Amino acid sequence: MATKVFMEALSPTMEEGRLVKWLKNEGDVVKNGETLAEVETDKAIMELVARGDGVLRRRLIAEGTTTAVGTLIGVVAPADENIDALVAGSGTPAPAAPVASPPAATPAPAPTAAAPAPAPVQAAPSAPPAAPAPAAAPANDASLRSSPLARRLAADHGIALGALHGSGPGGRIIKRDVEAAASSTTPPSAAPSAATPVSRVPSPLSGEQYRDVPLTQIRKTIARRLAESIGPVPTFYLTAELDMERVAEMRTAMAELGDAYKVSFNDIVIKAVATALAQHPECNAHWQGDSIRYWNRVHLGMAVAIEDGLITPVIFDAHSKGLSQIAAESRDLAKRARERKLRPEEYTGSTFSISNLGMFGIDQFTAIINPPEAGILAVGGIEAKAVVVGGDVQVRRRMRVTMSCDHRVIDGAAGARFLQTLRRLVENPLLLVY
Amino acid sequence: MPIITYRDALNHALREEMQRDDRVFLMGEEVAVYQGAYKVSKGLLQEFGEMRVVDTPITELGFAGVGVGAAMAGLRPVIEFMTWNFALLALDQVVNAAAKMLYMSGGQYPMPMVFRGPNGAALQLSAQHSQAWESWLAHIPGLKVITPGTPYDAKGLLKAAIRDDNPVVLLEGEMLYNTKGEVPDEDYIVPIGKAEVKREGDHCSLITHGKSVLTSLQVADALAKEGIRVEVVDLRTIRPMDVETIAASVRKTNRAVVLEEGWEVCGVGAQVVDYVQRHCFDHLDAPILRVHQEDVPMPYAKNLERAAKPDVAKTIAAIKQVMYVGT
Amino acid sequence: MAKKKTDLKADSTFGETDAPTRAALLHSMLLQRRFEERCAEAYALGKIGGFCHLYIGQEACGTGAITQLRPDDYVITTYRDHGQALARGITPRAVMAELFGRSDGCARGKGGSMHLFDRNTNFLGGHGIVGGHVPIATGVGFAIKYRGTDQVILCFMGESVVNTGAFHEALNMAALWKLPVVYIIENNRYGMGTALERASAIHDIYQRGAAYDMPRAQVDGQDVLAVRAAVAEAVHRARTQSTPTLLEVRTYRFMGHSMSDAVSGTYRSKQELEEYMKRDPIHVLRAHMEALGEIDDAGMEKLDAEVKAIVQDSWDFADASPEPAVESLWEDVLVETTT
Repeated sequence: MATKVFMEALSPTMEEGRLVKWLKNEGDVVKNGETLAEVETDKAIMELVARGDGVLRRRLIAEGTTTAVGTLIGVVAPADENIDALVAGSGTPAPAAPVASPPAATPAPAPTAAAPAPAPVQAAPSAPPAAPAPAAAPANDASLRSSPLARRLAADHGIALGALHGSGPGGRIIKRDVEAAASSTTPPSAAPSAATPVSRVPSPLSGEQYRDVPLTQIRKTIARRLAESIGPVPTFYLTAELDMERVAEMRTAMAELGDAYKVSFNDIVIKAVATALAQHPECNAHWQGDSIRYWNRVHLGMAVAIEDGLITPVIFDAHSKGLSQIAAESRDLAKRARERKLRPEEYTGSTFSISNLGMFGIDQFTAIINPPEAGILAVGGIEAKAVVVGGDVQVRRRMRVTMSCDHRVIDGAAGARFLQTLRRLVENPLLLVY
Repeated sequence: MPIITYRDALNHALREEMQRDDRVFLMGEEVAVYQGAYKVSKGLLQEFGEMRVVDTPITELGFAGVGVGAAMAGLRPVIEFMTWNFALLALDQVVNAAAKMLYMSGGQYPMPMVFRGPNGAALQLSAQHSQAWESWLAHIPGLKVITPGTPYDAKGLLKAAIRDDNPVVLLEGEMLYNTKGEVPDEDYIVPIGKAEVKREGDHCSLITHGKSVLTSLQVADALAKEGIRVEVVDLRTIRPMDVETIAASVRKTNRAVVLEEGWEVCGVGAQVVDYVQRHCFDHLDAPILRVHQEDVPMPYAKNLERAAKPDVAKTIAAIKQVMYVGT
Repeated sequence: MAKKKTDLKADSTFGETDAPTRAALLHSMLLQRRFEERCAEAYALGKIGGFCHLYIGQEACGTGAITQLRPDDYVITTYRDHGQALARGITPRAVMAELFGRSDGCARGKGGSMHLFDRNTNFLGGHGIVGGHVPIATGVGFAIKYRGTDQVILCFMGESVVNTGAFHEALNMAALWKLPVVYIIENNRYGMGTALERASAIHDIYQRGAAYDMPRAQVDGQDVLAVRAAVAEAVHRARTQSTPTLLEVRTYRFMGHSMSDAVSGTYRSKQELEEYMKRDPIHVLRAHMEALGEIDDAGMEKLDAEVKAIVQDSWDFADASPEPAVESLWEDVLVETTT
């Protein structure tokens, strides 16, 4: 049985492709799934694979030819089959083929991506107050029988129902089936209790560099709804005014120890932010479209103004570096940033960013998040102000920070809790020693 | 704490409430001189006299109506039906008068009264003496319907019913009168409208009431030996039913079996199932199953009656089914 | 029909009236008459819905009986209760508003025509099940005796009630326990469409009382003074001896059983109706008062105008009264109890 080879849409937006190179000659044996050619799309060079077994009987276009998606460009067939009729109308595009999806995913915790999932997942039961109501689940596949509880647990664990074997009557997927699947694939930190869903936030600062967590229905819906209303990154802002008196005292005390121990306010803020992020991994994350990457390490991007723009060198593992090391690195990175001497690996890979415009006399501002990071902290200047403390008016040095948060990743309460911790660290800086 | 019978618990409740409020009186067949057909009113005639413990002719409709009239005129009657099977004759007074009087009169005539008596099957009493009436009466707005399954609950609920300013239907059980349990001497009430978890468990909720509470505890004991922990939820009140306690239990266990002595169609269990599916949909790992009397009038022969009634074995089978044990 | 008495000791002091009393009786009966006539009109206009049973022709029964009660006595009756309610003193406004289903009705619009209740006048309704209220009357009698007070209760019923089981059970207990109840059968000859002779094995139905050895009598229900005398005696017996009485008051209704029922031509002839209408209770009293020189045509006209004005006022009041708030749907199903 002959298989037609078409110019396929190898990316969703592709309308035509350029055949860069044939990898098989006419007469070569071809197996289903083997690469036939390299095709250049609007974005990159992709592989065109055979969709049947046989012999590559005909190559209908030459290397270097650009042709529309749907054009017949070859035929794979048994060696002895007559294909004259097939190639007679060559050049007429067949109806546009659908996106060539990769071979069916192996049963894994991550559900299939944006395209309609074969294993629909029940909407989560009730949304937290901050989030809009979850969208209704897509129409259930009648052959996938499952108890409501099993559907909900599967959604919480990010397990595709279609990947499960149902041990209930009639193949019904029930709680024990989901639990069995979850305990074999989720990390050891997952709670075994059936009633409570597994925590989505990983244990920080140990083992792996990161852990990908597929999106639950709630997160998907929040993402979709908020993105629709506000633009690509649905952002909200949290401002806090921090008392800097103790930091000022500490910095003065450090300076008295000698030049080697001099640190800037910004260094202390960096240290505090990194420490706070280590305690709030839910803010130390990347939005990845179909999942959220929670980082187990804090790599802080530090925005530096340079002559015609800005660049953000990274202090890697900022959470585990002492103040003096942070001070040394930040000085060095800033200097080399202005000298245009930073290497790419020094200004990529941040998990969170800080931008400080205090030296320009800015009281407070809102910074723009660097995607795929989920948050950025904008630091204003330190200013002496009249402040009411315990009923009395005192003059104290205050600093305002504004956190921009990607609502697809960070909810209001999560951001607020991070700032609470940051405040505690900044206003009690001795905590940074521990 | 004293251990007394369900019968004595009711007796104490009646006595204490009649001492407490002289508007309370007891009326029914054989309640006075005979000391009660089931001896629930033993000793009351001697203590309170014949105006307060009143023997009636066999006139269920008549004396139920007398109770309604007395309540309209400010007394607090306790009307005893020798069995609720006979009360069918009185339903016009219970339903068309007592339940609706407050509403029809625009709030002017409350009905602070209790209709009580044994309900459901005993042993080989045959078709006309064995029916369970909960679902007929629980259907009616304006009534409260209570079904204590233990002596403690019997005393507390009867007291609460007598003090309630609404018409309360109290369904007892001949098979319950001799059962024993701890009952405090002092005054206490069991609130109407509150279920109670009689046994805690996390594998399956067994929701029940009345004499089936005893069956349920036996079921829980038997299954505990197999490592299955059944949570027994005693409804205690059928109307108004304690939906919160039911839902909290099923959310915990993810599965439910409802046990009752009535028939299937439009029985109390059907209402429980509705509440569970509505409030615990996403928590259910299996459909909700019911255990009840077979859909036949109660036969006389001992073996047939046993086959007709719900029992420990049938309940255990249902629980194992919702737990997918053996599948 | 001449007044018949059986087993009762005649006492000429019972039911003696004076001029002011007669005037008050006439006023009450005429008020009921004009009120019921307007009800028929209101029903036809859709202002009154459901069932509406009119008292026209029977005014003497309720008026003669009720007007001599004490305020702390009780009255209970059937669904044909408008006239008795007015005789007892529920205001025409409260009754009409209840019929119109408004919030100022005596049952706040929750009862309607068949369920008039008024705690202020101890008017215990207004009941819809034939015979259902008779055991309730016995129960009120029981409560009176229980308390040791000397109130009485009047229990009105149609003649069909005497065939129900509830009647039998209730009267038996009242006689057995000696309770202060006066059972008054308003025998208007027809239980809906069925003549008495086709429903009851005996026709002098007050004789049903013999089954309970209960004092009993038959009374001309179109003569308000005769009714008054008979009931006075029964009330006295109840109050002083705590003994019930059964009275059969023979009357006639000039309208159909209810507004859905033809006035005549189906189960009773027009001639029969016209014959009975010659003994209109209002005319009977008026004739008596004219003979005593207590009223004339002019006086009658004045009275009629006065009464019509009262009824018109009740109509206007009812029309202006608001419908019950939707929230009241949920009110008074149960009493909130503190225990």
